[in-house]
Amino acid sequence: MDDSILLAHGSGGKLSHELVEKKFLPFLANPALNKLDDSAIFEASGRLAFTTDGYVVNPIFFPGGDIGKLAVCGTVNDLAMNGARPLYLSLSAIIEEGFLLSELEQIVQSIKKAAEEAEVSIIAGDTKVVNRGQADKLFITTSGVGIISPGVDISGANARAGDKVLLSGTIGDHGIAIMSQREGLRFAMTLESDCAPLSKLVSQMLEVTSGIHCMRDPTRGGLATTLNELARQSKVGIVIEEAKIPVKEEVKAACELLGLDPIHVANEGKLVAIVDPVDTEKILACMRKNTYGRDAAIIGEVSKEHPGKVIMKTKLGPSRVVDMLSGELLPRIC
Amino acid sequence: MKFIDEYQDNKLARGLAYRIAQRSTKTIRLMEFCGGHTHAILRYGIRQLVPKTVEMRSGPGCPVCVTATADLDKAIALARLPDVIITTFGDMIRVPGSYSSLQQAKAEGADVRIVYSTIDAVEIAGANPEKSVIFIGIGFETTAPTIAASILKAQQEKIENFHILSLNKLTPPVMKALLDSGEVKLDGIIGPGHVSVIIGSHPYEFIPRDYGVACVISGFEPLDILLCIDKLVEQIEKGEPKVEIAYPRGVKPEGNRKAWQLTEHVFEIGEANWRGIGIVPQSGLKVRAKYEQFDADKVFSVSLKPPREPKGCRCGDVIRGAAMPLECKLFRKVCTPESPVGPCMVSSEGACAAYYQYGTLENL
Repeated sequence: MDDSILLAHGSGGKLSHELVEKKFLPFLANPALNKLDDSAIFEASGRLAFTTDGYVVNPIFFPGGDIGKLAVCGTVNDLAMNGARPLYLSLSAIIEEGFLLSELEQIVQSIKKAAEEAEVSIIAGDTKVVNRGQADKLFITTSGVGIISPGVDISGANARAGDKVLLSGTIGDHGIAIMSQREGLRFAMTLESDCAPLSKLVSQMLEVTSGIHCMRDPTRGGLATTLNELARQSKVGIVIEEAKIPVKEEVKAACELLGLDPIHVANEGKLVAIVDPVDTEKILACMRKNTYGRDAAIIGEVSKEHPGKVIMKTKLGPSRVVDMLSGELLPRIC
Repeated sequence: MKFIDEYQDNKLARGLAYRIAQRSTKTIRLMEFCGGHTHAILRYGIRQLVPKTVEMRSGPGCPVCVTATADLDKAIALARLPDVIITTFGDMIRVPGSYSSLQQAKAEGADVRIVYSTIDAVEIAGANPEKSVIFIGIGFETTAPTIAASILKAQQEKIENFHILSLNKLTPPVMKALLDSGEVKLDGIIGPGHVSVIIGSHPYEFIPRDYGVACVISGFEPLDILLCIDKLVEQIEKGEPKVEIAYPRGVKPEGNRKAWQLTEHVFEIGEANWRGIGIVPQSGLKVRAKYEQFDADKVFSVSLKPPREPKGCRCGDVIRGAAMPLECKLFRKVCTPESPVGPCMVSSEGACAAYYQYGTLENL
């Protein structure tokens, strides 16, 4: 095989088969996938959750992860946020002609690692190759199926006045780690993306309580956007305290430099849980035992006042409305 | 970078707010010149911390906002020329011009690229010798030295396809123009922090001397701003307006002489066209004849239709401090960050964007 992807790798012919057999199967092998039938067959009974997401991150390798890890974690987390235990994923890769096979292999290895950690199997897949310039290196789409235990009812519409708002850790790590690598904006820092599968953290939380009403991972648009979505969906107000939101020093510093607010910066390994006030401490203690929840904090509560709005008590004391992210995150110039 | 939390300390902030309330007896009006200050004031709720006797207005300190529509139209026309790459700071591409925007031109095939520094624009020119690379030079005294440096770098590296559309503007002359007009009566000015890092505090001496208005230069953290307001209130209450620096960790009275010498070496002072204000003499920077090969105005010629201002948009009034964003009928109803009518809603330093982003429950 050559060093880089050729259009022929997407022809459906010999090279296509070779690509799958040499670059994907050895890492992702499992009985359902190995059959290489047109569709994967599996058994499941009960309530199922199903989701899909496309990944186009730039750069594809970033501190703390790469597009492969992100494609697994993102879909796993979307399932977990509804209380589902992720079971199976499909994975479709659109590869730009000329993409290095060594980089592809590196990404497939990280897909394997992330899938192992999340205890999911990739049972269906597809690869396509497009002309140079028609895609930016590599795009990945994953879809996922998960199973929801009886009695679990988690939805963005379930928040009630009096509920507490929990956040699993520091915000803005992913967005700032990515921005630090962008063309024209490189700055030296040790910060890594928080990209991680949260399915185990969620299953541990579900073991200690039935009081989780809403869960969501604050990805693009950041914490502010997620809280606004939940406030609107549940028709409640959410009041948070800026001083209680964990933010790493590096993220604070980068946000100051770039003129950004960490509450609008993306995360890939964090969750917001809106929970019954009675169970709050129990859930918090459980979260803090898991690596991905060790900095978990209670950041606010749900109110019946001003439904659909998120209010933040600023560090200095006064309150203001927190809106969803508007437009693109662009650094200031002056 | 450290000392962020220290400048956002709740107890110190409350202490300062208390002192301001104790001092303040007269009803006064302050203007924060910088859009960066407007954003910090709203983001941290400083308006709610200071007593009702202290009214605050936003000023013209947003480089994207003060760019005249005619100048933006020129940038868009340049973008449509063949074999031209336009490089610009990000906010600029979304501002509607009279008939189009840089974003629209880009969607129609123009090569418009967002850069984070002028040096990146020089590098793009170096990498694309067959194209003309034009950097849209907006900003105040803060960005001017870096633009001057980019011209020198291009000259040194013999990158002849690099050009600047110089729309750079100067702060003290526009303050003078606002004070001369007398449209908005001011008691004190929260002086620009980053601009003053470059030019120092001396250029503002005319403000207390000729107009009896207090001027205190402030940093951008909430405690910086509260300290600045405290000093302004103190001066105004005593009836002793003067220029003070409440941002000594950034600003020296003499400024950064080297940076300013560099600017003056490449640029000369001329008139500039400000949105909402018009032509202000001695308030702009033009590329000196010696460097005219880098001056987009000398190298390219485009024909332009007369500029049109968007109907109902009050950006001009907001820039002069004559109107608050909430007084504009379009605010939040027609004009939002997603579909902005005027630049004050686009820019991360625009007053309307700040009022939109950091609203309080009262003004929803």
